[in-house]
Amino acid sequence: MSSESTYRRVASKLTFSYEDWTYRKLLVYTIAFTLVIIFLFPLVVAIVTSFKTRTAVTGTLPFVPVFPWQDGFTLAQWGQAFDVLQGGLVNSFLRAIPATTITAVLGSLTAYAITQIDWRGQIAVLLLLVSATFFPTQAAIVPLARFWTVYVPLEDHLGILWGLPLLEPYHGDLIALIISDIAYGIPVVTVLFRGYYQTINQELVEAAKIDGANIFRIYQRIILPISVPMFAVVFIFHFTQVWNSFLFPLIIMSGSGHPAAPATLVLGGLGQSLEGINYGLRMAGALLTALPTVVVFILAGDKFAKGITGGGTA
Amino acid sequence: MVKKMGTEKGAKNKQIGHNQVWIRKLTKNDFVKSLPFWLLPVSLVGLFIYGAIIWNFIISLTDLSGFGRASFDSLDFDMYVRALSDSQLLFATQNTFVLLVAFTVLCLILGLALAILLDQDIRSRGKLRTIYLLPFSLAFIVTGQVWLWIYNYNYGVVNTLTGAIGLPPIEIIGNPDHILAAVIIALAWQFTGYTMVVYLAGLRAIPDEHFEAARVAGAKKYRIYWRVIIPQLKASMASAAVILMVFALKTFDFLFAMFGQYRPQVGADILATKMVREAFQKLEWAYGAAIAVILFALALGIISPYIYYQYRVNQL
Repeated sequence: MSSESTYRRVASKLTFSYEDWTYRKLLVYTIAFTLVIIFLFPLVVAIVTSFKTRTAVTGTLPFVPVFPWQDGFTLAQWGQAFDVLQGGLVNSFLRAIPATTITAVLGSLTAYAITQIDWRGQIAVLLLLVSATFFPTQAAIVPLARFWTVYVPLEDHLGILWGLPLLEPYHGDLIALIISDIAYGIPVVTVLFRGYYQTINQELVEAAKIDGANIFRIYQRIILPISVPMFAVVFIFHFTQVWNSFLFPLIIMSGSGHPAAPATLVLGGLGQSLEGINYGLRMAGALLTALPTVVVFILAGDKFAKGITGGGTA
Repeated sequence: MVKKMGTEKGAKNKQIGHNQVWIRKLTKNDFVKSLPFWLLPVSLVGLFIYGAIIWNFIISLTDLSGFGRASFDSLDFDMYVRALSDSQLLFATQNTFVLLVAFTVLCLILGLALAILLDQDIRSRGKLRTIYLLPFSLAFIVTGQVWLWIYNYNYGVVNTLTGAIGLPPIEIIGNPDHILAAVIIALAWQFTGYTMVVYLAGLRAIPDEHFEAARVAGAKKYRIYWRVIIPQLKASMASAAVILMVFALKTFDFLFAMFGQYRPQVGADILATKMVREAFQKLEWAYGAAIAVILFALALGIISPYIYYQYRVNQL
C-alpha cells in the first residue's frame, strides 16, 4: 500500500465525515436547542409574569418581559407571595429535612439487612417493599387521615411536648405528616440503597467477617462510609419528593389555613380573590415554592437523575 | 402432618436434621440480629401502607360518612353497587383511561426521541439533560398554576400565539372537549424528561460494540437505532410505562392546582380527583374508600405482571 493511496483514503474519509458532521450536527443542535426553549418556555412565562403589575399582566404579551425601568414592573407580587408563604416555607423545611434524613437512615439499614445479611423471609420483605413503591397513595389516604384525626390525634397525645419552647400544639399535625412521609418514603429509598449495596465490593465485607466483626460493626465501619454518595442521591431525590408532595398535607391538615401547613398547601389557596385570579401573585408564589427544589436540582441534577434510575453506581 | 411423619422415618429424620440446622441458624442469630435493622422501617410500611390499604377496604364495606366512627356491624358491597350506577364515576373512569393511555404513549415516544437525541455526539449533553429533566423536579401544585396561566382564555400564551397567526382564541379550560388534552400535554411536558432519563440508563447499558458492528456492516444510523438499539430498550420502556401509568392513575395534585378546588372542570375529572373529593370534601368516607379500592385494583393490574416478570428473570 503506497503512502499516497493511504493519504487519499484518509483525506476522503476526513472530508466525508466533515460534511457529515456539519449537516448532522446542525440538525441535532437545532433540535436540541429548540427543545430547550420549549422545555423552559412555561417557566420563563411564569418568571416574566411574576414581575408584572396586574394591569401589565393583562396589558402585555405573556412572554414579553417588563424591565425594571419600564412601566408595569413590580416586585410587589414577590413581596406579597413571600408574606403569604414564608410560614409555609419554614414548615416545608421543618417537614422535609427530618422526613428525608430519617427515611434515608432507615432505608439504608433495611437495605443492608436485605442485601448483606442472610435471613429467612427477606425475599418476602423485599417484595412487599418493591410493590409498595408503586401503590397509588389514594388507596390509603382515607384510613391515614382518620388514623391521625380520629384515632391517634398527636395534638392530644403529645401534650407534654407543647410545653417546650418553640413547639405548639398544631405541630402535632406536622409530626403526623412527617411520620407518614417516612412510612411512604421507606420503600423507594430502601430499593435505591439496595441497588447500591448489590454493587459494592464484597471482599471488604468478607475480610471483616473473617476478622470477627459482627454485622453492626460491618455496617458502621464499612457499609456506612461507602454509602455517602448514595445518601447524597437519596437526600436530593427524596427531599424533592417530600417538598413537592401535596396530597398528604391536604388530607392531614385539611386546609391552607393550618398554621403548620407546608408551602405547597398554602400555595394551593393563593391568588384567588373576589376580583378574579391574580396571575402575577400566583406565578410569584409558585416560583417561590419551587425555588428550594430548583436550587437543589441545578446544583445536583445528576444525583436527582440517579435517584430516578434506581441509583446503581451512585 | 405429625402422624404422617411418625410413619415415615426418613422424612422424620430429615425433619429433625432440618430443625437442627434451623436451631443452629437461630443460635448464629442472623435473623434475630438482622431485626434491629429492618423491623422498625418494615413495621412502619406494614402499618401505614399495607395496614391502611386493608383498613381502606374494610371502610369501603361500611357506610361511613360525615363525622364520627365507623360501625362494622353490617359489611356489604353497597358502595360498589353505588359506584356502578354513578354516571360521574363512569365518566371519570373513562377519562382516567384516556389520560393513562395518551399520556403514557406520548411520554414514551417523546422520551425516546429525546434519549436518542442526547445519545448523539453532542456538546454539553449533561446540561441539556438537566434542562429537559427540570420540569420533573417541580411540584405539580406549581406546574398546575403555571399551565393554568398558559391556557388562560384572554391573556394566556396559547391564545396569544393563535391570535398571532390569525386564529380565533381557543377556549381550553372551560371546554370539556379540550381540557383533558390540555392536561395531558402539560403532564407530558413534565414527564418526558423523566422518561428520557430512564431510556438513557438503558442506552448506557447497551455495549458500544453493537452499534459499531452495525455501522461497520454499513447500516444507516436511523436503521441501527430502529433495528438494533430500540429493541434492546424494551426493559426500560416497560419500567417507564409502569411508572407513567401508575402516575396517571393517581395524579391529583396537578388537577387540584389547576382548578384550585376538589372538583376539576367538566371533562377533566378522573378517578383520583373523584376519590379525594368524595372522601375529603363530601366526607363520604366509605364511598371514597370504595373508589380507592377500584384505583388500587387498577394499579395492581398494571404492576403485578411487571413485578412478577422482574422476579422471574431475577431483575427485582
